[in-house]
Amino acid sequence: MSRMLDIKGRAIKLGDHINTDYIISGKYKFKTQDMSTLAKHAFEDLDPTLVSRIRPGDILVAGVNFGCGSSREHAPRVIKAVGISAVVAKSFARIFFRNCINVGLPAVVLPNAFVDSIDEGDFLSIDLKEGTVENLKKGLMVEFRSLPESLMQLMTEGGVVEYVKRHGSLPWS
Amino acid sequence: MGLTMAEKVIARSAGLPRVEPGDMVVADVDLVFGHDGSFPLALEVMKEMGREEPWDSEKVVLFIDHSAPSPTPEISNLHRAMREFSKKSGVRLYDVGNGICHQVLPEEGFIKPGMLIVGADSHTVTHGAFGCFAIGVGSTDAAVAITSGKIWLRVPESVKIELKGELRGPVTTKDVILKVIGDVKADGMNYKSVEFHGDSVDYLSMASRMTITNMGAEMGAKATMMPVNGTARQMIRREFGLEVKEFLPDSDADYSDILEADLSSIVPMVACPPNVDIVRPVEELSGTVIDQAFIGSCTNGRLEDLHLAASILRGKKVKVRCIVIPASRKIFLEAVRDGTVEVLSKAGCVVGPPTCGPCVGAHMGLLGSGEVAVSTSNRNFPGRMGDRNAKIYLVSPATAAASALEGEIADPRRYV
Repeated sequence: MSRMLDIKGRAIKLGDHINTDYIISGKYKFKTQDMSTLAKHAFEDLDPTLVSRIRPGDILVAGVNFGCGSSREHAPRVIKAVGISAVVAKSFARIFFRNCINVGLPAVVLPNAFVDSIDEGDFLSIDLKEGTVENLKKGLMVEFRSLPESLMQLMTEGGVVEYVKRHGSLPWS
Repeated sequence: MGLTMAEKVIARSAGLPRVEPGDMVVADVDLVFGHDGSFPLALEVMKEMGREEPWDSEKVVLFIDHSAPSPTPEISNLHRAMREFSKKSGVRLYDVGNGICHQVLPEEGFIKPGMLIVGADSHTVTHGAFGCFAIGVGSTDAAVAITSGKIWLRVPESVKIELKGELRGPVTTKDVILKVIGDVKADGMNYKSVEFHGDSVDYLSMASRMTITNMGAEMGAKATMMPVNGTARQMIRREFGLEVKEFLPDSDADYSDILEADLSSIVPMVACPPNVDIVRPVEELSGTVIDQAFIGSCTNGRLEDLHLAASILRGKKVKVRCIVIPASRKIFLEAVRDGTVEVLSKAGCVVGPPTCGPCVGAHMGLLGSGEVAVSTSNRNFPGRMGDRNAKIYLVSPATAAASALEGEIADPRRYV
């Protein structure tokens, strides 16, 4: 798998404090490890129609504290399984953010005003190498602070498992 | 400049003389644990990485507590895989009936002040009551820690919260932490290590302290920690039978913020749906009709919580279904021995076996559409305990018991 550094997709807008129970409810996640089965229930308790609106490659655009609550790693895995290519947010909860790096779901923190200016359906282009996000529909661009190189490499090579399969070990062990 | 508690633990674990907020380090972990909600996925990651051997089977502990006993055949299969791994690897597994990981770990003597603990559960921060830098992670981080004994960390800023004054009447540390979360908000302590200090901490039992550190997760904290001084060591000896060493921050440690809370001014608090930081005094919610009360969880399933509920329910009858679940077998046995289970059962409560119970929405008292519950647990997100159209109000064990008696949210100060 090559490094995924350029991501283009349509914006799906969400609000503040989207917790991991919303992303995948405990009612389901204890029963199976099969993410495609769980994906059918993604965001069900937030908005049961959301999954049907998502098209492969779409980018989630969220407010503050995205992914708060439970440590369940099923959350970023299910987001990948429904076809989301990246998540941008005003801020992330810490366990969710680590999980994104570990499962290879690009997650980017953007300034509040830029997030607010994105409307559902806007076409976004994320350049992880340069650290920029462009709203192609509105002609706006913003820079973001990249992760340290080793973590960026983990995230963009598909996460810990893919990285270990490819390199034989982690950057530090 | 001296070091905070978090900085001391991380520096030692990373083999460095000192660390500063923002530093990225790779640290050795002292203990890793997971449960039936998180470990099955960690096991899959270990298999996919081709690393199924734990780095040290003595320092890894597993629990079947989230869906225990198993409510479905699918979950039974995940439990089976955990038992097989435990058998093969020699890793200790606390099976169905032992209780919730965060309670069983100190009861079984795994916890020592100053440890760096990695738990595949967001409420791992609970162990900060014992002076540990204990952080919640996902399944892949747990898999890496289990197989390598290492974790990468960004050194967090530390915030100090000074607790002053004494709690009044049936007000508990649950009300204190709900008040703090309501003030700082759900992301107010994101990425930070929060240390609770002050004279008031000295009066608190370990059970009461654990309620505070437990809910640090609900304000985004990476760790919540309390100093282990002379009185803490006494409490740990009395409640857990453990002899531990003192563990304190340096007196000139640098905190990015210092806050204060006066416990004597805190009243019974309620966290209202749909978020934990929508916190209001109980009198503003009085009269809200409920269908169920739940007393239990890693937040409030300890003996003093059951005692407080029993003191309110003794000789009376609950008006709505009231589910009481002790956090561990040890607590269950003591509650049987001292008559608490009898008092609760005669009052009409269902007393369940030690487990996480309905808190995680897996089993044992899930809510239907439109139903309303008071719960002593830690999260009130829609769908958390069943149907997405159910409402969950988070309260102390005293408020839960008083509300169960009246069938509506009630002020426990009327009963104590």
